[in-house]
Amino acid sequence: MSELLSSELLANIGRSAPPREEVVTRRDIRKYSVATGQRSQKFLDGDEAPPMFHVALFWDVVELDELTPDGVSIDSLVPKFPLERAMAGGLKIEYHEAIYPGDVLLGTRTLTDIYEKQGSQGPLIFYEVTMEVENQSGDPVLTQKTTRIMR
Amino acid sequence: MSDMPRVESIKPGDPLPERQFQPDNVQLFLYNAALWNAHRIHFDHPYATEVEGYPGLVIAGPLLGDWLTQSVIEWLGDDGRLVSIEYSNRKASYIGEILRSGGKVLSSEQDNGTVELEMYIKNEADEVITPGVAIVRFPAS
Repeated sequence: MSELLSSELLANIGRSAPPREEVVTRRDIRKYSVATGQRSQKFLDGDEAPPMFHVALFWDVVELDELTPDGVSIDSLVPKFPLERAMAGGLKIEYHEAIYPGDVLLGTRTLTDIYEKQGSQGPLIFYEVTMEVENQSGDPVLTQKTTRIMR
Repeated sequence: MSDMPRVESIKPGDPLPERQFQPDNVQLFLYNAALWNAHRIHFDHPYATEVEGYPGLVIAGPLLGDWLTQSVIEWLGDDGRLVSIEYSNRKASYIGEILRSGGKVLSSEQDNGTVELEMYIKNEADEVITPGVAIVRFPAS
């Protein structure tokens, strides 16, 4: 039986945020490519997006008063956990289609798991958010699973 | 030289080329600006060191993931496609550190062209700070 995760918290599994539509521009691809040190000309010219461009495209844009004092936007999809220090987790991305300038992408995020593990220095809460991205034709572009750890 | 499909020459244990990264404040700023990420640990040195207790400005986790991915697609070239990648940010790194990406072939299935790669970002102490696994697919031979 979980010690930290109440049934109310676990009931959040399966919640989705409203789908977000984003337009891919050559300029945004170029900025991302320069900032990440891409060496392929098609990325630097913005003819095609590098594989992790969607991380920038779908980063939440919130108003200044919605940022915490340390500059982080609060993810409204994720409930308030009894552990509050976030550690970087990991990503898993499955690719179906490349992303090009002019694409109109729809991203839908779902809270797909919450679980607890005993770490060496105490309990940890893990949560997983899955984002499905599809293009204007309704074809799947990618699936991304983000795992985050709270300590 | 030969018309042999590339996947036929790929064997478990084959290394991927290493690449060195030494991000500075400007690159880290541009990266977080491209994301619209205002987390202070990436640009506010007094905050990162005095409030959060880090030894310096923290290199963004997904930037390390991007470098891991770049290593895969540069090795792949136009010969195949990236099917999936996963990685975890195990240990933080800071502006001023010299990092390097690389990896090796874990398995190669000649019949369907699928190759599994074990990837890493290492720091100067040779610690793997970001391990990952990528699946790529070549045209079947």
